[in-house]
Amino acid sequence: MRDVAVLSFAQTPYKRREASRSEVEMVMAVVTEAIADSGIPKGAIGFTCSGSSDYIAGQAFAFVGAVDALGAWPPISESHVEMDGAWALYEAWVKIQCGAADSALVFAFGRSSMGRLPETLTMQLDPYTLAPLGIDAVSLAALQARSLLDRGGVTERDWAEIAVRSRRDAMANPFAQLRGESEVDKLLAEPYLVSPLRKHDCPPISDGAAAVVIAADDVARRAGPRPVWIRGIDHRIEPHQPGVRDLTRSPSTSLAGRKAGAVPERLELAELHAPFTHQEWILREALGLGEGLRINPSGGALAANPMMVAGLARIGEAAQRIRESGSGLALAHATQGHCLQQNLVCVLEAE
Amino acid sequence: MAQRCAVTGVGQTRHDNKRIDVSQFGLVREAAIRALEDAELTWSDIDALVIGKAPDLFEGVMMPELFLAEALGGTGKPMLRVHTAGSVGGATAIVAASLVEAGVHERVLTVSYEKQSESNAMWALSIRVPFQQAVVAGAGGFFAPLIRSYMRRSGAPEDTGIRVALKDRRNALKNPYAHLRFPDITFEQIADSPMLWDPIRYLETCPSSDGACAMVLASESVAKRARRTPAWVHATAMRSEPTQFAGRDQVNPQAGKDCAKDLYAKAGISDPRREIDCAEIYVPFSWFEPMWLENLGFADDREGWRMTYEGVTALDGDLPVNMSGGVLSSNPIGASGMLRFAEAANQVRGLAGEHQIQGAQRALGHAYGGGSQYFSMWIVGSEPR
Amino acid sequence: MKPVTSIETPTRLEYEFTASGAQAEFLENIARGRLVGKRCPRCEKVYVPARGNCPRCGIATSDSVDVSDHGTVTTFCIVRVPSQNIELDPPYCAANVLLDGSDMPFITLLGECEVEDVRIGMRVEAVWKPKQEWGPTFENIRHFRPSGEPDVPVEKLGAWV
Repeated sequence: MRDVAVLSFAQTPYKRREASRSEVEMVMAVVTEAIADSGIPKGAIGFTCSGSSDYIAGQAFAFVGAVDALGAWPPISESHVEMDGAWALYEAWVKIQCGAADSALVFAFGRSSMGRLPETLTMQLDPYTLAPLGIDAVSLAALQARSLLDRGGVTERDWAEIAVRSRRDAMANPFAQLRGESEVDKLLAEPYLVSPLRKHDCPPISDGAAAVVIAADDVARRAGPRPVWIRGIDHRIEPHQPGVRDLTRSPSTSLAGRKAGAVPERLELAELHAPFTHQEWILREALGLGEGLRINPSGGALAANPMMVAGLARIGEAAQRIRESGSGLALAHATQGHCLQQNLVCVLEAE
Repeated sequence: MAQRCAVTGVGQTRHDNKRIDVSQFGLVREAAIRALEDAELTWSDIDALVIGKAPDLFEGVMMPELFLAEALGGTGKPMLRVHTAGSVGGATAIVAASLVEAGVHERVLTVSYEKQSESNAMWALSIRVPFQQAVVAGAGGFFAPLIRSYMRRSGAPEDTGIRVALKDRRNALKNPYAHLRFPDITFEQIADSPMLWDPIRYLETCPSSDGACAMVLASESVAKRARRTPAWVHATAMRSEPTQFAGRDQVNPQAGKDCAKDLYAKAGISDPRREIDCAEIYVPFSWFEPMWLENLGFADDREGWRMTYEGVTALDGDLPVNMSGGVLSSNPIGASGMLRFAEAANQVRGLAGEHQIQGAQRALGHAYGGGSQYFSMWIVGSEPR
Repeated sequence: MKPVTSIETPTRLEYEFTASGAQAEFLENIARGRLVGKRCPRCEKVYVPARGNCPRCGIATSDSVDVSDHGTVTTFCIVRVPSQNIELDPPYCAANVLLDGSDMPFITLLGECEVEDVRIGMRVEAVWKPKQEWGPTFENIRHFRPSGEPDVPVEKLGAWV
């Protein structure tokens, strides 16, 4: 396997509603910044891959316009996944592994504010048996949360503590959308949104874009002083029907973590893509992350959850933080689908 | 490249206007099971899934691979979903091949499909986004003016498109999976069929089909153990450019030329016309055959029509094109590109059935999408390169 | 028992689109009967309708440029089938029109002429709706029609044909 490193990461400030910039303009901003920071000239980047969803954008072929943001002339080698950008990064990593490119630009974008997100996500369900029921995304997450409470060992207070910590950490993250001090008791006094979930257990709806540049071996070493190496990356999917799996566990995350070579004791921090508080709890258990480990110093998806972007942003955030601290291993995680159906784990190391 | 990659299994469904006899699960499984049987593998042998499909609005399901993965044996496996507009079937096969070439996996199942009959594709394409101009008259309205430009530029005889359609429709009669089959089709029937988007006639256009295509891509060590002949992946290439910009040549796009050039260089081909035995290229309107022959470097600029006219692209010609009947005969959009790649593979495996080109050793699979701006291509051969 | 072979699940999703800066400027101007494009500071090409960025260079456009409502047909097709979204009865002509002062054609409809008379290089002009019906929309222009000016020789249309 070739050594591949994250060279740069750029993101927009995440907002409830990005009204002044189109997707193309958001993408242009983050792509330009990520390329400039990577130390690799734009024309030398060998591959480009993006992640987005037509249902988020409300039109077919929505990603086609994003090519306009790239200055794709002369024409570029480029691909797109209808997935979170973390999987676009995976495709780019594979391209580099097979020697088709030495560097790659990865980006993702989404303006969830254009539609009504919980209802849009209902369209992600089995169209024969689930979607006709009209279950929305928050209700499905609440089913999962209820199962977890019934299993025992975790309380609503534990979840509120996750929310408090996430919003507090987000105060140091200029890109976060939800930030500030809050108190567990006050949060627990709030009414349920969809029992057993309260508003603070759920992610905000966010618009935004992010971009990452990765490169291999000497190209990475020459490009900049502090490459952050991808030591392992893997992803796995579970069955779709909520009834056929144990919603309180995430075996796909455990497996992806093992395949990516995650060793919990050696980690400095983890950026987990847990849109709901209880999902952080499930993911920690699946990955065997101990109490002392720093989780989501960025504030995580509870501070900003741009659809199709949030997973890629976890990789970018994790890489950025260990680059700044100078050394150590970090774990980044991305999820998509209902109730943590599909999960990706990436292990990063700064030299 | 860490290891070589080969196609060891190919499968496709019967393509039809409405496959109401199967669900989306049934449709993708029909193709996947045939590919697995061809490769003599079972679900549990597969390491990873790569799924391709055109816009989600065509079926009315957001990211449908999430609900389909378990029906394709995906539980506990990596699954990727590719979407690069009309070229997606080709791009999906390329992503699957790179997973093997990278040394990440040994056996990858790739599946692409479209089941437009479950939603309303015309509606999906007609959503009016405010502040943008309405796209006039759909895909035909977009591509017909480009065909007129080509006709003017090349001075090609006006019946060139009819000749392409006649050839592809006759080829389709040899393909048991083809959607459109017109026994005894004649030049006159095509010439007399109604003009839809003048200069495009009804019988010069593709249908819209429900259908799926699947392939098993395997590493060299797996492929060498396969009982049936594999198709070796010699080279893959992809290129994209913006839909429109000042000065863009939409008739003979640079992205297609660059993609072909890159592809031939990787495959060690210096004279594609001589060194490639047959080609499956993405021709949704018959006039795109001569246009792409030029774009792909098989003919000089403005001369592509001569190859069609002189019968070079016929089944018994020098460079047969669209032996299967092509997109003109079956068009499950998300799978259309992969069908081209799969036909190229089956030709060099000697398994193309009635439309087999005898002795085909090297074949091109080609797909394009968007406003002639996304290209994906591969070269496959009967021997490892 | 009769097997279920299909079900119908009508779906309704609502989206609210917002205009970007360049789009908003274009729409404000067209509401006053002006066609204003945007110029790329690098390649200096002018785009109408205005875009916030140059698709070729991948950078933000800068200057606003007034362009004419007269232009030239670079290519066309004759639509002979009814189409969703289009009010005209077939046959009608869909043409790529390059406005004077702009560098990229856009697809539009031609009216007030016989479809058989349309040709590459033909000069056309915008037919605006009555002023009182104008709003911030491209639909202020009903269609284009032949202007009667002499044709532009095809070789002068350069890359477009």
